[in-house]
Amino acid sequence: MYQQIVDQITARVMAGDWSPGQSLPSIRELAAGSQVSVITVRRAYEELERAGVICTRPGKGSVVAERSSLPTTLMKDELMRHLEALLASAARLGLDKQSLSRLIEQAIESAADIPSAADNPQGNER
Amino acid sequence: MTAAFSLSGIAKRYPHFALQDISLQLPEGQIMGLVGVNGAGKTTLLRLLTGLAAPDAGEVQVLGHRLPEEQVAAKRDIGFASEDMRLYRSQTLRWHMTLVQRIFPAWDETYADELLRRFDLRAEQAVGGFSHGQRVKALLLLCLARRPRLLLLDEPTTGLDPVARIEVLEALSDVLRDEQRSVLFSSHNTHDVEQLADTITFLHNGRLVDSADKESFLDRWRRVVCQGTAPADLQQWPELASVRNSGSLVEIKARHWNEQLPDRLASLGLQVQRVDSMALEDIFVTAVRSGAVA
Repeated sequence: MYQQIVDQITARVMAGDWSPGQSLPSIRELAAGSQVSVITVRRAYEELERAGVICTRPGKGSVVAERSSLPTTLMKDELMRHLEALLASAARLGLDKQSLSRLIEQAIESAADIPSAADNPQGNER
Repeated sequence: MTAAFSLSGIAKRYPHFALQDISLQLPEGQIMGLVGVNGAGKTTLLRLLTGLAAPDAGEVQVLGHRLPEEQVAAKRDIGFASEDMRLYRSQTLRWHMTLVQRIFPAWDETYADELLRRFDLRAEQAVGGFSHGQRVKALLLLCLARRPRLLLLDEPTTGLDPVARIEVLEALSDVLRDEQRSVLFSSHNTHDVEQLADTITFLHNGRLVDSADKESFLDRWRRVVCQGTAPADLQQWPELASVRNSGSLVEIKARHWNEQLPDRLASLGLQVQRVDSMALEDIFVTAVRSGAVA
């Protein structure tokens, strides 16, 4: 259940709704507001702190970590998780490297919103 | 840390039922959910904490008061709501509110009015005309507006429609804002317990099967799906609550999950395909069916 809170907060940070340095609601406040137990929110905050998404200072509460690259980092982490899941599925199917690459390339070809490197010179620099 | 209540070595015997060896504490500011099948002892436990029943053995302390001896003092700060509580059918809800207000000086009129609006109840209506859901909400209002330090609720959401249920859960989570207020509630709705409780206490046949903070409680259990054939003695492993063969797959429910389990299964020729956490509902049913041992 804490994972849902982790995902919600991470999504807000990725979307830029919660910016670096911004204060988070207190654990009790967020628990009461979202009708989940205090222990669940505490566990979620601990996870978010371990993941570097938030910082907690004793007596001062929690803030979104002050790294300007945070939303991008989180989105890259998300992409890597998807890639791992993709590789695991491919392994279960017994696909070889060539077949998997071919599938990925076909998917890229049919996706309209992935630019090629030539159209987007800064694309790989972040 | 102050305890909202503490039970030690409790026994309570009835002709056809006995509550045994119950030792349990709720730290102040926490919410405890009580789960168990019908007849597990949940209501008996709540009655001991309200002073409505005296234990045959052991000690009951509530908010620093020993029960049942000091129940008058303790009851000022305890709010108990149970479905079988009677209201005066011919009187209005307002009449009941005034009655409770006279007995309990801590009554918060502003909060009572807010709850009236939120629960969509008419104060001037005789309670005899209330639906089941309205009656449950009225009982909760009478209890919550006193702002008791310990709320004891027997099945607060049973029989409510989804909208009323959310209203009740929202009102309960108001209590979370205050570090000095605590709640013990019993429920057959494991989803409500999973959502709101800090601690889960599991009773079966009058005994305490488990009591742990919710995240650790849920963390002990896993559903593991493997490919292969389960050896006959797998069912005997103490950390496993159930093993079921289904075609070429084996579904295992582990009551004491550990990271070594997949390797141990692999050494028996079982290829682990998925490991998922389990919802409280699934844990509860699996635990009861496997005999509910701790």
